[in-house]
Amino acid sequence: MRLDYPVNIKIIRVPCTGKVDVMHLMRSIQMGADGAYAVGCLEGACHYKQGNLRARERVMHVQKLLEEVGLEGDRVRMYNLSSGEGPTFAAYAKEMTEHIKKLGPNPLKKWSTAKNKE
Amino acid sequence: MCVAKAICYDDVERESTLTVGSIILASGSQGYDPSKLDFLGYGKYPNVVTSEEFERILSASGPYRGHLCRPLDREEPKKIAWLQCVGSRDTNKCGNGYCSSVCCMYAIKEAMIAKEHVHGELDCVVFNMDIRSFGKDYEKYYLRAKDKDGVRFVKARIHTITEIPETGDLSVRFVNEAGEILEEIFNMVVLSVGLQIPETSKVLAKQLGIELNKYNFVTTDPFTPVITSRPGVYTCGVFQGPKDIPSSVTEASAAACMAGGDLVEARGTETKAIEIPDQQDVAEQTPRIGVFVCNCGINIGGVVNVPKVTEYAGTLPYVVFTDHNLFTCSQDTQDKIKEKIIEHKLNRVVVASCSPKTHEQMFMETLEACGLNRYLFEMANIRNHNSWIHSKSPELATQKAKDLVRMAIARSATLKQLNEKVISVNKQALVIGGGISGMNAALGLGKQGFKVFLLEKESELGGFSLKLHHTIEGKDVKTYIKELIEQVQQNPNIEVITKARVTDFAGYKGNFTTEVAVGEEKQKLEHGIIIVATGAKEYIPIEYSYNEDPRVVTQVQLGDILEDKGAAELDSVVMIQCVGSRNKENENCSRICCQNAVKNSLAIKKLNPETNVYVLYRDIRTYGLLEEYYTEARNLGVIFIRFDEDHPPQVEPSSEGMIVKVKDHILQKDLEIRADLLALSAGMVAEDTTELCGIMKFNRNPEGFFIEAHVKLRPVDMPGEGIFLCGTAHGPKLITEAIAQAQAAASRATTFLSKSHIKLSAITAQVDTEHCVKCLTCVRSCPFEVPVFNTEKQVIEIDDAICHGCGVCASVCPRQTIQLNFYEDDQITSKIDALLAGGM
Repeated sequence: MRLDYPVNIKIIRVPCTGKVDVMHLMRSIQMGADGAYAVGCLEGACHYKQGNLRARERVMHVQKLLEEVGLEGDRVRMYNLSSGEGPTFAAYAKEMTEHIKKLGPNPLKKWSTAKNKE
Repeated sequence: MCVAKAICYDDVERESTLTVGSIILASGSQGYDPSKLDFLGYGKYPNVVTSEEFERILSASGPYRGHLCRPLDREEPKKIAWLQCVGSRDTNKCGNGYCSSVCCMYAIKEAMIAKEHVHGELDCVVFNMDIRSFGKDYEKYYLRAKDKDGVRFVKARIHTITEIPETGDLSVRFVNEAGEILEEIFNMVVLSVGLQIPETSKVLAKQLGIELNKYNFVTTDPFTPVITSRPGVYTCGVFQGPKDIPSSVTEASAAACMAGGDLVEARGTETKAIEIPDQQDVAEQTPRIGVFVCNCGINIGGVVNVPKVTEYAGTLPYVVFTDHNLFTCSQDTQDKIKEKIIEHKLNRVVVASCSPKTHEQMFMETLEACGLNRYLFEMANIRNHNSWIHSKSPELATQKAKDLVRMAIARSATLKQLNEKVISVNKQALVIGGGISGMNAALGLGKQGFKVFLLEKESELGGFSLKLHHTIEGKDVKTYIKELIEQVQQNPNIEVITKARVTDFAGYKGNFTTEVAVGEEKQKLEHGIIIVATGAKEYIPIEYSYNEDPRVVTQVQLGDILEDKGAAELDSVVMIQCVGSRNKENENCSRICCQNAVKNSLAIKKLNPETNVYVLYRDIRTYGLLEEYYTEARNLGVIFIRFDEDHPPQVEPSSEGMIVKVKDHILQKDLEIRADLLALSAGMVAEDTTELCGIMKFNRNPEGFFIEAHVKLRPVDMPGEGIFLCGTAHGPKLITEAIAQAQAAASRATTFLSKSHIKLSAITAQVDTEHCVKCLTCVRSCPFEVPVFNTEKQVIEIDDAICHGCGVCASVCPRQTIQLNFYEDDQITSKIDALLAGGM
């Protein structure tokens, strides 16, 4: 479809969002990503039955954990769509980017860049 | 000129002779050329286009790069009209008296997509005589267009289009139901052109000695839809008759089944086996990564600085070789990759190009051909996820390409060799359902030499077809069924089990075990594939006093009456369409009711021309070559009265007959029709397969029909591998369509059964039993109930033959002691680390 969406989104492939671990999302933020989101099938239509529902719970859990350590929970989100919805994917990508821009850069970035320099 | 040097400009025509056992004609159609219909303005007015041209206008690779523009001034239209039936259902101007079957659906699709493209409002009007959205779930699509997206559907056949020279707009005049003449101005008009058989196909048919009908479609018998008049020559697709993609794909498999059936003895005698070298074990080696960056012509290279990305790749850990190619997927590049793997002793390969969905399989085979395990391969999508969507920002796209390549390289260093389990295939087949479809599927397999178990829940074979008498072409169904049953019973490869019930089920593709009960006796059957053919039945109406008055019957019952008593005693018959279909309870169209009503109407008129026959309808869906019967019915004096959904006919019993009240759409007056017999065109309802589905875990849609793997490209495969579907269990269809689908299912099953062994995907979950604390969370979480606790050995066992590779167990395991092959934790986090360490 070649629809435009922001350059700053990088995709990591998994067989089902049910495989996405709390650890993967946390690590992304820890390593300095400004935002992370999981994209899965529409609820009720998970290719592997309920993986996306698990992912949703994990995302909510990560949001809580981030709030607890003083970061914005909403840096991590979950979006649902069907694999045929190209324009919706692009729309969500733009939405997430705008939203993260409003939140500003990840405060941990200074810490992780410093760590990498060691 | 060709960048890949794929064209040989001084090539010449060459004649060659091939000796073959069967021939399949799939020469298709071309769009009708409306230039002759000068009153529509095609060729004269720039803003009148055909539907084919409109598809190109909508396409991203089309003349306007995907922007909806009209030809004259490239302005974005605000109002577009579609004119249906151009070159179809028209014996007056162009001689094509058939319905092209696909134009209603494609016009709706074009209107919906056009609306998506335009950022403002777009008024779409489809001028039609009938909307023929008769396919599976097609009616729902039509309703969505009408009710949600606001596409307007106007019942009118436009006779003239005039251009307004100052603006290039087009004026369309039509008569509405109230008899008023209206005019609407459109920025653009799309002519929904029909399908026509080209001259070249006529010539081909003549050369091969194949009979064509008067419209140049191949003459076939309804009971043998893909067989031509010449033995050994088969046909499929639109050359057989106008049809959509799912039906074409189905018929293609059916033709393969029939063509293959002739060649059973010779199977495998001329095929070449690909030799794969032994796999070398690289487990102890340090990763040596080769990176191949693709230009994809200008698709990537036109935006991303490919040489810079390649150079950058060379600086990353473990990379020992880099290269960039014009087209990495081409045959010559595969050869080059193989060369480099061997020369530089590569043990990991990264290709930075397109989506893995496109060529991952092929690249993996390239690795195997060099003796490298196919799972040591990783792709970075720098096209679909990069150059195609950031085409206006080449510098940012180049930077992102570097990021994606860095991520892929980091992951590839973590990849491990994985072994695909090889399993044998049980060559026996199980067919569930002994109706027309089940029997044809069983014969399709039996004739190819496979043993078939045919299960039927009733005491005799035949299914719903036992209630039918004739097809609309006049073919005798009862004789056909009798002969079919005889063939099935006499085929030594088919074992028929009647009064059968499925009581238990286990296994996976190639190795199923089904327990079948006949009364109290149970037996276990082992088989490699399953074909589901459980069928459907006529809806039992609750409307129109059906249960209360014997003068109200269904079309099937009317068929019985005509067979037993004829029409001599019938003075007046009224038929009501869409009973039990196209309503709130069942939104779908039952596909066969219109032709059924026409069939019975013609039968009545031929038995007794004096009988008055009225058909009350919403749309007449006599698609394809069935249209001619509708024309014949009208010519014989059958009266068709259209009603709309909100004003259905009212029916009252009286001593003189059933009184049917309906508003005539042309007279705009209420009519009262007295009927001796009221025949309801009751729709098709799926058989109740709740018990079967519970045991075998099949998925059905809300209407109870089974769901295929892919609506268009895999219409007879079910989502589970090794399981196929055919007949009315899939959705309402004609006998001839059910037969084609049954043969298609047999063909697909044969592809499976003729393999000596199959390889299962290695992307399965592995348990480290030493660290497992046996909390059984995985057992409780797996959506497919795969992990089991072996109480003897006291360990969790995950059978990699049935594991779907979704990774849920791995993610829920509290000790992280289950890993999903190919998606192990470090294989995922390597990408996160590589991306962010470099700074985003």
